[in-house]
Amino acid sequence: MNSSPIIQVHDIHVKRQGKWVLQNVSFELFPKQIMTLIGPNGSGKTTLLKVVLGLTKPNQGTVRKQAKMNIGYMPQRLSINTTLPITVEKFLLLGKHRKKSHVADKMAEIGISHVASHPIQSISGGELQRVLLTRALLNQPHVLILDEPTQGVDVNGQAELYELISHIRDAYDCAVLMVSHDLHLVMAATDQVICLNNHICCSGHPNSVSQHPAYLSLFGDAANNIATYTHHHNHHHDIDGSIVTHPKASDDG
Amino acid sequence: MMDSLMLDALLAGLCLAVMTAPLGVFVVWRRMSYFGDSLAHSALLGLAIALWLNIAHFLAIAAVSVLIVIVLMVLQKKQSLPNDTILGIFSHTALSTGLVMISLLDTPNVDLMQFLLGDILSIGPSELWLLASLSLIVPITIALTWRALLLMTVHCELAQVEGIAVTRIHLIFSLLLAFVIAMGMKVVGILLITSLLIIPPATARRFAKSPEHMVFLSFAISCCSILAGILASFWYDTPPGPSIVVGAASLFIVAWSLPRRL
Repeated sequence: MNSSPIIQVHDIHVKRQGKWVLQNVSFELFPKQIMTLIGPNGSGKTTLLKVVLGLTKPNQGTVRKQAKMNIGYMPQRLSINTTLPITVEKFLLLGKHRKKSHVADKMAEIGISHVASHPIQSISGGELQRVLLTRALLNQPHVLILDEPTQGVDVNGQAELYELISHIRDAYDCAVLMVSHDLHLVMAATDQVICLNNHICCSGHPNSVSQHPAYLSLFGDAANNIATYTHHHNHHHDIDGSIVTHPKASDDG
Repeated sequence: MMDSLMLDALLAGLCLAVMTAPLGVFVVWRRMSYFGDSLAHSALLGLAIALWLNIAHFLAIAAVSVLIVIVLMVLQKKQSLPNDTILGIFSHTALSTGLVMISLLDTPNVDLMQFLLGDILSIGPSELWLLASLSLIVPITIALTWRALLLMTVHCELAQVEGIAVTRIHLIFSLLLAFVIAMGMKVVGILLITSLLIIPPATARRFAKSPEHMVFLSFAISCCSILAGILASFWYDTPPGPSIVVGAASLFIVAWSLPRRL
């Protein structure tokens, strides 16, 4: 199989307002790998994503990406001015060569068909995250870059969203680089964890990182309570909290 | 004679509405009304320069606006001060400098009111031609950059990651805005041009079902306001610029008092 990395981040330094936000950050992302950046607020997670995306220029260091690589990006927060009358479907159609049928298929796949004609400002946090995820999937990405994908989603919904992300990785054969706050949830759905606090404190397989002294000192008590989240309910909630029978039921109504 | 004057005014109003509708919706969506205000205020500096150098008003105003757009973009990138602070400093400095310069002119009898409040009824043929050509350029440019502008409005970084040249598009949009404000000064004046950019879209929002729909509604509402203002000014001898804004504001109030489904 293809074992050369699709993104190589080498020796990144970023300085903002006289303070080093990132120092000496290097890592490699391989095809089909799910890599998660965790770290406290202000640890430079979002800045690192922006460097990888090419939105922020590092003071030092390089980001090498494989040629002809599609990136699907899911931003952290979308707050759209309510004066803009735009439906979910219309938002997803904004872009080059977007076909209605293609967008409809993707919406059905991610389970947001029922909000297609709703104003985008009116849908719930969980639905909005799925809409953004759908958009990220529209141009056949080789890499998904997700900035706190579960923001504004309740705990059950979060587990479901992570499940969906690893399902997407398998279905699309794409790598995933994401930022997360949800320590215990993300452990179960990731191949590699990078613990960031302006520099890389530790990295590796989630099980080894969760035992690492640097990780424990960074997250203290929160880390001690981690049990990898694997238990199952006898019923199932969707991202809004309503009970559903099938995990990925798409609503055609 | 009166009829041709009125016809020119109506044509000028129509041309302006064709430009302010597609630009105005973005000013509202992107929360740029303060930016528009600042550009309008700096138009007075351009006017002062035009009077000093004895060159065409539009030329000097457009040049000053373009310069200010570029300087603002550079300053905003640096983020040393909050955006609105920078805009406020610029807008009032330019306005005051313009007023001081005009007061120092040898010819003291410059009718400032005409520039502050506009005079659509005194529009000449050369200005009408300029308006007409701009009223072709502006909607066409907006149509060509429509998707990019809309996506930038939703999320600028998302647009950038998806390959949109956001800085270039933002510059194009700001320049169009600067030109339209320079032209609109003649119609509703420096103090009121922003209202023609924001009140019709704010009225249209009440009934708009899509971004495009909102542009067409804004255009229709602008036309009605301008027509009402010109007629009022003709019949009751009220100042045309403020009459147009009062017309637009009345439609706004009516629209938001009506039930949503007509």
